[in-house]
Amino acid sequence: MNEPVFHVGQRVRIADRTPPVHHRVPSYAKGQVGVIERVCGLHGEPEKFIRGDGKPPQRIYRVRIPQPELWTSYEGTEGDKLEIEIFEHWLEAAE
Amino acid sequence: MSEPWGPHDLGGQDGGPIDLAEHDTAYWEWQIDAMVRLALKKGLISDFAELRDGIEQLTPDDYARCTYYERWAKSLAYALVSRGVIDEKRLNEKIAAVKARQDAEGAA
Amino acid sequence: MTDHDHDHSRTFQPDHAEPTSDGARIGLALRELLIEAGHYTAGEEQSVIEAMQGASPENGGRIVAKAWNDAEYKERLLANGAEAIKELGYELEPYEFTVMENTADTHNVIVCTLCSCYPRALLGMSPAWYKSSSYRARVVREPRSVLAEFGVELSDDVSVRVHDSTAELRYMVLPQRPAGTDDWSEAQLAKLVTRNSLVGTERDLKIA
Repeated sequence: MNEPVFHVGQRVRIADRTPPVHHRVPSYAKGQVGVIERVCGLHGEPEKFIRGDGKPPQRIYRVRIPQPELWTSYEGTEGDKLEIEIFEHWLEAAE
Repeated sequence: MSEPWGPHDLGGQDGGPIDLAEHDTAYWEWQIDAMVRLALKKGLISDFAELRDGIEQLTPDDYARCTYYERWAKSLAYALVSRGVIDEKRLNEKIAAVKARQDAEGAA
Repeated sequence: MTDHDHDHSRTFQPDHAEPTSDGARIGLALRELLIEAGHYTAGEEQSVIEAMQGASPENGGRIVAKAWNDAEYKERLLANGAEAIKELGYELEPYEFTVMENTADTHNVIVCTLCSCYPRALLGMSPAWYKSSSYRARVVREPRSVLAEFGVELSDDVSVRVHDSTAELRYMVLPQRPAGTDDWSEAQLAKLVTRNSLVGTERDLKIA
């Protein structure tokens, strides 16, 4: 119960969806592929909260995305990264 | 990359130079901050998510025009009126009273 | 009501709203209604404000200085920040606390693009620029340009890591210890640490 689905180093894709309720995934990260940087704890799921269903605990992961894959004509170097916290139900395994 | 879905979803957008000026937190801002924390503690609202949701419902113009604590104030007002904790008519009367008092102070 | 009369009420800068704005009036009116209805008291408000005002970047400086001076503490801090700061009497629950270490070839910078999440209870009020639309919009896409505006010029052999605080984690950067401070006490070291260095918009700490 509540065991992490993803592990550190695994490639994951962030879902590209826009529920018409409060959610904590910024548009720039939707649909992007990254690597699990660390497995965090269980926290209330923001979307369910706003629907009045309470906030069932969901696993949070930190996902690391190479900056040049995130932005067209990125100004920096190949090694630059963006790291972001994503709830488990927004992630799927990626090739 | 999807389209931004609310006025708060700013990451990656264009923006001007960053204003590095320091800003002393005004007392009314501390009061709003305390009000939100106490509203949470007393169970008048149940989570910061509720406040964030209210802020995200602001129109883009309103969002851009409001400062940080003005957004908090508007969102908390919306939440407490929706929940029936505060009567909207009484709130409007109180806002008018605050304005009248400030106008009188300003004229004095 | 006389409790709005105080010295702070006119310390605004021109680019920030006066308390006579619509939004501020809504807040002040709401506050009065809640207090009149007995939901909380002015005394409780005062306690909350004083507690918040007690937090400051000095707390971060103390944590950083201990990490610089104690390799095992640094290890614990990087592994589980929330637990490690309890050793110094700090607490940030319900949030996880994540400390990101700057090294010779890595620079970390923190943002919350969706609102302005910040470890307030530990480091105090976040700076105005941290909450600004420009910082939130730009630092994820052009971190090097943004850092340059803060006076941080990064060479290409330093990688940037931008951390977007989107959920229940709060962040602090562990800056590099300046050279020439080997025999300094923790108290001396703590004074070197600036607020901006804890957010990542300053890199090289200056020794006086």
